[in-house]
Amino acid sequence: MNWGGFGNFVHMGGYGFYVWGSYLVAAVCIAGELILLARRARLAERRQ
Amino acid sequence: MASNGYRLDSETSGNWLLRLAAPQAFFPVAGKMIPWFIALAVLFALPGLYVSFFVAPTDFQQGEAYRVIFLHVPAAWMSMFLYVIMACWAALGLILNTRLSGMMASAVAPTGAMFTFLALWSGALWGKPTWGTWWVWDARLTSELILLFLYFGFIALTNAIDDPRRADRAGAVLAIVGVVNIPIIYFSVKWWNTLHQGASVSLTRAPSMATTMLVGMLLMALAAWMYSIAAALWRVRSIILERERDAQWVRELRGVE
Repeated sequence: MNWGGFGNFVHMGGYGFYVWGSYLVAAVCIAGELILLARRARLAERRQ
Repeated sequence: MASNGYRLDSETSGNWLLRLAAPQAFFPVAGKMIPWFIALAVLFALPGLYVSFFVAPTDFQQGEAYRVIFLHVPAAWMSMFLYVIMACWAALGLILNTRLSGMMASAVAPTGAMFTFLALWSGALWGKPTWGTWWVWDARLTSELILLFLYFGFIALTNAIDDPRRADRAGAVLAIVGVVNIPIIYFSVKWWNTLHQGASVSLTRAPSMATTMLVGMLLMALAAWMYSIAAALWRVRSIILERERDAQWVRELRGVE
């Protein structure tokens, strides 16, 4: 798959909004879950 | 230790699996496994994304819009797998009365809910350009939405009950009853006339898609599996500490640190 430049890659043949909208939200969800997991672990280790 | 009056007597048992079922024994083991599963998740996700965006060809019908599939299908699979796993832990807790089982069920639920949301979200973003609508009350979409509400219901119910053992039992009943929704999701595209397409991958026949697309999807699905295991193990460690806060071994753990 040769995209012929970064612009075309982002454009995704006109479907950039839908494709990147999916993957971006997934990345945010996973990062958010990892942050929450780290915070909960920190609190659980500290609390008496 | 009054809190664990009815646990299995795992200390005297020679069975290593039963011994591991004690939260105290599982805690350090889970801690050791987490980095491995995170590493495996990255190891599958990187080539998975590469194949999804740089190897898999453009679809002749959908153009590039179809690339949502590499996220959508693994997320939808995980949403169903994780529910079944959650229900199995819950059932095990009901039957054997092991403390760790209920904790595992609670540890899986938020990750399952996240993947269910992602399946619905990516589905909406895929539906708009291909079907012309974000949402339709079709059997597949509706049953997947019910799955999200089942996860939310399980989380809300178990959080609402103060006694963790009672919370586990109440949650277990809900989780087990909700399992009926899983075959409904899976077979919805066969049983009803849905807008959603049928299964692209099946165990009984050759996949109806290009090999590179299939490879990308499977790599992403494996990454999602590894991530889910790491997330559940990480969460269960916190749950163990929260619930066993007054146990001697947790005090000693804090004392050492």
